[in-house]
Amino acid sequence: MDAVLLLEQLLNSLQFGLMLFLLAAGLTLVFGIMNLINLAHGSLYMVGAYLVATLANASGSFWLGLAGGIAATIVVGIVLEMTLIRRLYQRDHLTQVLATFALLLMANDGVRMIWGSQPINTPAPGGLAGPVELLPGLSYPAYRLFIIAAGLLVAVMLYLLITRTRIGMQVRAGASNREMARAMGANVRWLFTGLFAFGAALCALAGGLLGPLLAVQVGMGESILILAFVVIVIGGIGSVRGALVGALLVGLVDTGGRTVVPWLFGALMGPAAASTVGPSVASILIYVLMAAVLFFKPQGLFPAHG
Amino acid sequence: MSGDRPLLETVDLVKRFGGLRALDGASLSVQQGEIHALIGPNGAGKTTLVHQLSGALPPTSGSVRLAGQDITGLSMHGRVRLGLVRSYQITSIFSRLSVLENLALAIQSRNGSNLRFWRPARHDRARYDAAARVAARIGLADRVDRLAGTLSHGEKRQLEVGLALALQPRLLLLDEPMAGTGREESERLLALLQSLRGKVTMLLVEHDMDAVFRLADRITVLVYGRVIATGAPEQIHANPEVRRAYLGDELESPA
Amino acid sequence: MAETGNAQPAYRHPRSLLEHSLQPFVALPLLALLVTLPWITHALDADFYTSVASRMLILALAATSLNFILGFGGMVSFGHAAFVGVGGYTVGILMMNGLVSGWIAWPAAFVVAGLFALMIGLVSLRTRGVYFIMITLAFAQMLFYLMVSLQQYGGEDGLPLASRSRLGLGLDLARDTQFYYVVLVICTLLFIAFTRVLNSRFGHVLQAIRENETRMMALGFRVYHYKLLAFTLAGAVAGLAGALLANQSSFVSPALLNWTESGVMLVMVILGGVGHVYGGFAGAVAYLLIEEISSGRTMYWHFWLGAILLAVVLLAPNGLLSLLRRKERP
Repeated sequence: MDAVLLLEQLLNSLQFGLMLFLLAAGLTLVFGIMNLINLAHGSLYMVGAYLVATLANASGSFWLGLAGGIAATIVVGIVLEMTLIRRLYQRDHLTQVLATFALLLMANDGVRMIWGSQPINTPAPGGLAGPVELLPGLSYPAYRLFIIAAGLLVAVMLYLLITRTRIGMQVRAGASNREMARAMGANVRWLFTGLFAFGAALCALAGGLLGPLLAVQVGMGESILILAFVVIVIGGIGSVRGALVGALLVGLVDTGGRTVVPWLFGALMGPAAASTVGPSVASILIYVLMAAVLFFKPQGLFPAHG
Repeated sequence: MSGDRPLLETVDLVKRFGGLRALDGASLSVQQGEIHALIGPNGAGKTTLVHQLSGALPPTSGSVRLAGQDITGLSMHGRVRLGLVRSYQITSIFSRLSVLENLALAIQSRNGSNLRFWRPARHDRARYDAAARVAARIGLADRVDRLAGTLSHGEKRQLEVGLALALQPRLLLLDEPMAGTGREESERLLALLQSLRGKVTMLLVEHDMDAVFRLADRITVLVYGRVIATGAPEQIHANPEVRRAYLGDELESPA
Repeated sequence: MAETGNAQPAYRHPRSLLEHSLQPFVALPLLALLVTLPWITHALDADFYTSVASRMLILALAATSLNFILGFGGMVSFGHAAFVGVGGYTVGILMMNGLVSGWIAWPAAFVVAGLFALMIGLVSLRTRGVYFIMITLAFAQMLFYLMVSLQQYGGEDGLPLASRSRLGLGLDLARDTQFYYVVLVICTLLFIAFTRVLNSRFGHVLQAIRENETRMMALGFRVYHYKLLAFTLAGAVAGLAGALLANQSSFVSPALLNWTESGVMLVMVILGGVGHVYGGFAGAVAYLLIEEISSGRTMYWHFWLGAILLAVVLLAPNGLLSLLRRKERP
């Protein structure tokens, strides 16, 4: 494994981690502030990806598709929140789990009904289709660099939003105390709707951006949802900072695990071990990481004080 | 003399929450058989101290001793086994179970051998009889089959004390037992606690000054996480520092 | 709510929340029906339904093991299907290596699944509430990925079983009717044991923990240990159900361990009745009925399952059986 390959994997893990962060941030905010466990979060990501891909293919412009898809998903999020989700805030976690699981089932088949079972392919936007030479010998796809940039931009924006603005203060207050947030003048109802819609927007952004890289298909939400859960468990529920750290860590371990671990096994124990044990270890590495973090800090790395 | 050794004592208990020193070197001692009250203005650290004693929170530094034995690191479960039992300021009972079942659970804890999987628990006549006796002791004999959630507030407070009593404690840690009770109910609770005088050692955290002065053999005053005075009720009443801490008002006998 | 004190002896417990009866008026007719089922299906020339009934009983067993920790222990585990899968794979892997005897493979499934439950419980039960739900989900998914990656056991394609387990005693489990009766005996015995455990001292402690965990700790109970024991037992029984399931379909696949399968198990329990003795059984029946009826009509039956689930969750949060039960006193 040479330095170039290593750097490439590092960038891949950064890209994956940042997209994971987009999902985890929305999830952790909704969890931390509205105390709502939302299994349909992955479905919002899936719907967002479908909407972006469809609009991009229909209009011929990736950027139009992205903007339109995000807007449409925000609408879906608002409608969902106002009709269903807000009934769940006061209910116990089991009820929330089952209700959002029901939504997940309905979303999967709903998408299948509308779009069919075949995955959708979208090409990366024209200007970014080629590679960029970062260093002599290291070319990296421009589109992935763009994703990294977009992810970092969102992270910075979120940081500014939460620490510098009035809404951010209300959000943080909401994370600790609903009454206090109300006393500060926040209209809690609209705040919650807005937060949920914001989470949906982040999901759609991630789904839309990843569309050209992965296949847009039913069930794409499930695998990333689990990872998002692992991220916020590691990072601490309610903490956006924790979501970022957790996402980057998970991205590192996941991408690194798939490439470095089999290589390590191969180097230490021969090629047979690399192909049999290697992938198994890689797949469970993230959960081992989660267990390790929880062992020392059962509330995650940056628990938001409730 | 060994008879002078306190049943419970804390030595320089400190508890820091980040930059806040909730307890700043609190030392108190409770003698066997006495009713000892812990008072102090709001924010003095009384609740924190209770948590340290019950094992809910570990101290930053300092120690807690029960009958000379250092229990600072001991779990809540371990302390209950040694006879240090707590009742709660905010009632925490089993609302959907009857009064009898509530008390029977406490007795089940005391008796042990709960890893029984076959024999129906309701056949434990002796246990339910003992529970009924505790119910009578706390004045809920005619309420035994009521669901605990349907009791009046005062009756729930009685049950709250009863749950702790059923464990046959050496030291009963009562966290504001009178909280939220009206005149009649607090009289009943007061009578209950009076009836335990000498039989159960008690450390009582209370705001109700009337109850404190009628019950306590000795009083400790906690202000800003430190003990500023300990002594007999008359001494405390006359203590100028204590009066200053309370701004004079609360120590007057209620009209 | 006026209720005068009665003169009954204090320990009569007219309607205790902690006591659960098999309800002989329900149990006996049900048992009679189940015992005579193969005759009925044969008479109606619908022998296929005997194996459907086997599957239903096995799923009812799995759902009941989940109900034990969920409805009676208050632990919302979103990874229970993983233990079913572990049990199934134990049987499959043993068979792959020549061990066909059910007398070894089935207890092995029980023990292995129990061990996994113990390990996962050790870490997960240190957490509460939402964390616990997500961690059980994550660990179950970890096992899913593990089985997918183990190519020597079929990987993603799964592992077929060469035959059903052998029990000797003149039994041939390949015959659906005989298999059905074996399943019926096992499920009936375990169900009776389940009710006994609920009513035992251990069961009372477990249910009391569900009612008020902090108070139980303050009363001196080692709550963590009780929960861990219950979690391990439930996982072990789920493993046994998995062993039977592997036999029933002669096949095990990682899909059995996927978290969505755990979701389906939760759906069964909620449909049937959380905290109700027959909840697991009723839920399995309800789920299979819904599956049977809707998948016959449309290929999008998960949509309708979701819709029904949503309705049940919002309108009858304690499951369908709770609608039949008298309203609890406040």
